Amino acid sequence: MIPALTEADISALWVTLRLALVTTLILMLFGTPLAWWLSRSRSRWRHIVEALVAMPLVLPPTVLGFYLLIALAPDGIIGGTWLALGGQQLAFSFSGLVIGSVLYSMPFVVQPMQNAFVQIDSRVLEAASTLRASPLDRFFSLALPLSRRGLITAATLGFAHTIGEFGVVLMIGGNIPGETQVLSIAIYDHVESLQYTQAHLLSAGLLLFSFIILYLVNVTDRRSQRRDPS
Amino acid sequence: MSSSIHFHFELHRPGFTLDARGSLPARGINALFGESGCGKTTLLRSIAGLETGIEGQLLVHDECWFDSFQGRCVPAHRRSIGFVFQENSLFPHLNVHANLLYGWRRTPRKRRQKQPDQVIEMLGLEPLLLRNCTDLSGGERQRVAIGRALLNSPRLLLMDEPLSALDRRRKQEILPYLERLHAQAEIPIIYVTHDLEELVSVADHLSLMESGRIIRSGPIEEMLIDTGLSIATEENAGALLSAEVEAHDEQFKLTRLIFPGGSLTIGRIDKPQGARVRLRIHAKDVSLAMERPGPTSILNILPATVLTLTPQGNSRVIVSLSVGESTLLARITRKSESVLQLRPGCKLFAQIKSVALHT
Repeated sequence: MIPALTEADISALWVTLRLALVTTLILMLFGTPLAWWLSRSRSRWRHIVEALVAMPLVLPPTVLGFYLLIALAPDGIIGGTWLALGGQQLAFSFSGLVIGSVLYSMPFVVQPMQNAFVQIDSRVLEAASTLRASPLDRFFSLALPLSRRGLITAATLGFAHTIGEFGVVLMIGGNIPGETQVLSIAIYDHVESLQYTQAHLLSAGLLLFSFIILYLVNVTDRRSQRRDPS
Repeated sequence: MSSSIHFHFELHRPGFTLDARGSLPARGINALFGESGCGKTTLLRSIAGLETGIEGQLLVHDECWFDSFQGRCVPAHRRSIGFVFQENSLFPHLNVHANLLYGWRRTPRKRRQKQPDQVIEMLGLEPLLLRNCTDLSGGERQRVAIGRALLNSPRLLLMDEPLSALDRRRKQEILPYLERLHAQAEIPIIYVTHDLEELVSVADHLSLMESGRIIRSGPIEEMLIDTGLSIATEENAGALLSAEVEAHDEQFKLTRLIFPGGSLTIGRIDKPQGARVRLRIHAKDVSLAMERPGPTSILNILPATVLTLTPQGNSRVIVSLSVGESTLLARITRKSESVLQLRPGCKLFAQIKSVALHT
């Protein structure tokens, strides 16, 4: 018997990819300036923000999910405000999942970028400032290209980590096929109902996917290393 | 006062205090000289707008760039400066050409003083243009850094020991370019160094720094013969003179120079008659005789009058001599001083064993 993906599996795959892509895009957009600020600021707020960003690394996902569920509920701080502004319900929706994933994957995106930014020689930035480059100009013309490798790593880790997310999704997403049912939950469901073949299929797929991603990151890393010997 | 630089900076850090005030002419090359750690780099960075936490004022060409009392601070990128760092300030992800044009592209068209071709030619950068910055030698990197700063059309060029990371040969490779820059005399330069000899050939003005303060400032020729300053007691102390090529002696391959004090004969140099040159006469190369010596191998013997005698350590004396309108320094032993019975006003002869020539 050749195992085949059920319709529900395909839609779970689709939801997962969409979620990972949207989450990564949002994190790259807002995480980059945040990482830049963290790497250059001497403000005393820095350490507080740094600790907040790193929280999902140590927090059980269910704890994060639990508080998000409360906040996203129609009478919660975020969910309520969103409804009052004319938005749709956030809990048990795809948008809610995106919010959860952004928070949960944030350290995996922000930290590699921050590390890359910290490594930029401050002399190079100072030289640019004496060459008429404004802070924003320096960010785009030097900081971004010089941390290319860190940015690629950040995006890849963010994407891969969102794909493997389970706890937070379980808490705030429910299990609505086509809307909030992601791969990891689909696997859980298959195992629960003893459909091991289907579980194998999805699990092996994720296993292979993770390996390919990490392999590609390493290869591009080494290639760009060879290109600039610095 | 126009076309000058006035500054007053105060900065307090653990173990270091900067309290520098002064004025510099906004033309020629100003050397800022002092031991490492005396604050000269901090002063230069303050002028550039790269230091934070300083107090004071800075006026350049009558424009206020910084005034902590009025809360005014023009950020570095709006100061129209060029800054050459000690080393490794090139952008590693850009090639030489893109590095050179970084500031030029950001300079408004009307404000551009130089075209890339001019600077590339002046600094001999043509063969490097497509090279990766990380493959360059130290000397090449500094030449690119100087070119990049010049193409920024600076109103003030700041150089922070740009040659200190280079060995002697590489220095010799770059100095001619600095001299060319000086000859064009368009942009005022402030040049930080702890090696005065490196700069003596090109500087016009000298400021001496000690523990965060500027202790003296003046034209370099006057500063070098001031026996009250520590530079007069250094190994390489000596006068700097400006001279003119008078004639060449083709038979013996010699050149005669005249300076406000007499004439000097040196090995044939490749300069036309009437050309101006700078000479350095080190104190250690000048010996003294009470009477005009008889036949001697020394070509340059000038009548002189003793101005001052300054003891240096236990065994030596620095003698400043008036030679015509010029002043020379001689370093002799205390024993010679006593044997010759030297006093201010003594008339004698200065024998110059060698002359160092700077273009």
